[in-house]
Amino acid sequence: MQLSLASQNGQSPRDRVSDSSPLAIRGLTVSYGEKPAVFSVDMTVVPGQMTAIIGPNGAGKSTMLKAALGIVSPVSGRVQVFGRPLDHQRARIAYVPQRASVDWDFPTRVIDVVMMGLYRQLGLLGRIRGTHRQIARDCLDRVGMGDFADRQIGQLSGGQQQRVFLARALAQGADLYLLDEPFAGVDAATEKAIIGVLKGLRAEGKTVVVVHHDLATVTEYFDNVFLINTRKVAEGPVAEAFTPETLQAAYGGRLATAQIDQISRPA
Amino acid sequence: MQFLGDALLLQLGYNATLVAIGAALLGAASGITGTFLFLRKRALVSDAVSHATLPGVCVAFLILVGLGGDGRNLAALLIGSAVSAGIGLWCMNWLTRNTRLAEDAAIGAVLSVFFGFGIVLLTVIQTLGIGRQAGLEGFLLGSTAGMLMSDALVIAGGGAVVLLVILLARRPMTMVAFDPEYAAARGLPVSRIDMLMMGLVMAVTVVGLKVVGLILIVALLIIPAVTARFWTERADQVVILAGVLGALAAYVGAAVSASAPNLPTGAIIVLMSFALFAVSLLIAPGRGVLAAVLRHQRFQRRVHIRQGLLALAQNQTIYEPLTLRLLARAGLARPDGVATAAGRARAAKALRDEHRWDILRRDQAQEAAAALYDGLREIETVLTPDQIAEIDRKIGTPKEAF
Repeated sequence: MQLSLASQNGQSPRDRVSDSSPLAIRGLTVSYGEKPAVFSVDMTVVPGQMTAIIGPNGAGKSTMLKAALGIVSPVSGRVQVFGRPLDHQRARIAYVPQRASVDWDFPTRVIDVVMMGLYRQLGLLGRIRGTHRQIARDCLDRVGMGDFADRQIGQLSGGQQQRVFLARALAQGADLYLLDEPFAGVDAATEKAIIGVLKGLRAEGKTVVVVHHDLATVTEYFDNVFLINTRKVAEGPVAEAFTPETLQAAYGGRLATAQIDQISRPA
Repeated sequence: MQFLGDALLLQLGYNATLVAIGAALLGAASGITGTFLFLRKRALVSDAVSHATLPGVCVAFLILVGLGGDGRNLAALLIGSAVSAGIGLWCMNWLTRNTRLAEDAAIGAVLSVFFGFGIVLLTVIQTLGIGRQAGLEGFLLGSTAGMLMSDALVIAGGGAVVLLVILLARRPMTMVAFDPEYAAARGLPVSRIDMLMMGLVMAVTVVGLKVVGLILIVALLIIPAVTARFWTERADQVVILAGVLGALAAYVGAAVSASAPNLPTGAIIVLMSFALFAVSLLIAPGRGVLAAVLRHQRFQRRVHIRQGLLALAQNQTIYEPLTLRLLARAGLARPDGVATAAGRARAAKALRDEHRWDILRRDQAQEAAAALYDGLREIETVLTPDQIAEIDRKIGTPKEAF
């Protein structure tokens, strides 16, 4: 476990170990206006495992993810994906945004959304072929949405929307999956379907990083945690980094001590 | 009427034919371009772009006259309009990026300032008495009276280029419109795609200035898209339909104005476009107003019948006049609220189904099925007869239940 309240500058030993990490972030600072939402954060994602990014509301979890993907531009810091700059590795990353980030009244069908995941295969002018549709349908089947392919997306429930977004990411066939709060406000069936798919990805050797808000399920779902509250609080295997001390450090007074003890005790 | 018919069938002579075909091409190009703007929720940007063309037109005119040339050279005027629209667009982007102004405020600022400046220049040109300025007012509201073959070719050429670019960029533009964050994560240059979209809008605006005028071109960009949206739930179909509707409105509008030369072409085209919109708003299945009203009434009837049946089953008095009326009409109750034989049977079934749902909703293993409960749904659509029989065993025989 690494409890770093002051981020080290310069070369740390981790720098060398992280050469081929699926996602290595160094000294990342992201700011909206002149108030940093994320300050000087380092992160090294372990390949082939599932990592949860955890922290209180407004702690910079989603912002960090967006900066790692180049959606928002950081004030400083660098990001490497599988040992190379982000822009060389776009094809290997799949992103699942928060479902509230789009307008679900947009005129499109479920299958069309999933087909957006095949954008690189299709190119600008390539015709959509049967094989593409088959890939999209397979991905919908994997998230349990096979019967919804021709539905308009506005008719979906929140959980179904989330599964469609996951299917779009699956269609990319990426090696690293970054998900922003996929379990927020979804029904139990969806939560089960999503975690099943993510565990399946891990079994295939893929790497999964999830911005997560439900402390109660951390030990059950994830291998590693990354605790953040503007700064990095802790990073490491769940058993070591997800402790009463680190939770207290990340959440401060927002969690009662009794709650913390209950949450971080292994199920 | 004969006259209008001739116009619609291109029998009104060379010029009217030219105008109608040119307008239809413009309508198609602007309808298709405007759809992407509409899907990106930036429809009003086009209004700022179009108003920002006016100073450019006037400055270009002044330069032409100053150089001793013909102030009505259309190509030069259009280049002038494109330059000032580009400056307006740049101002708008700068304002939204570097200040706390939201885009709508930036649109308002750019639109009014540029248009005001343009009007001042226009007035100056008139008071200078240069004489040949007569054509310039045509840029405000559109005029096709003196349309030349070369003008029609400018529209056709510009429209073709715009459509070609859209054909190439349709996938990234749709992706950016639906989910800009995902598009950025895939490595798409979102701001450059947005700029391309604005560039296309600018091109359509400049090309269409002469026909519909800068005040009304926004209608040509937006109305076909919102009209098409009523009829389909697929982005690609909205795009194509908007092109067709835009062409139709522009063609008919141009023909009408050719048969009544005193009417401004742009305004007529916009009214035609609006007529198509109004019809769609009313009668489109699914999203149309009429369909929505009918759907709501059907739903309301189901709610009242269901509530009425449950009240009958539990011997409660029904006070709602609508419920009583509906039950009576369906032969389930007398007008005074006493159940008929058929009503009693249906009521018993309704109450029994409520009990079944109660059991189902308490069963953790049936969470997915239980989530479908909404008071109206028939339990037979959720469970198999065997499952219902299983639940009935838990309730006990019908006698015990009631």
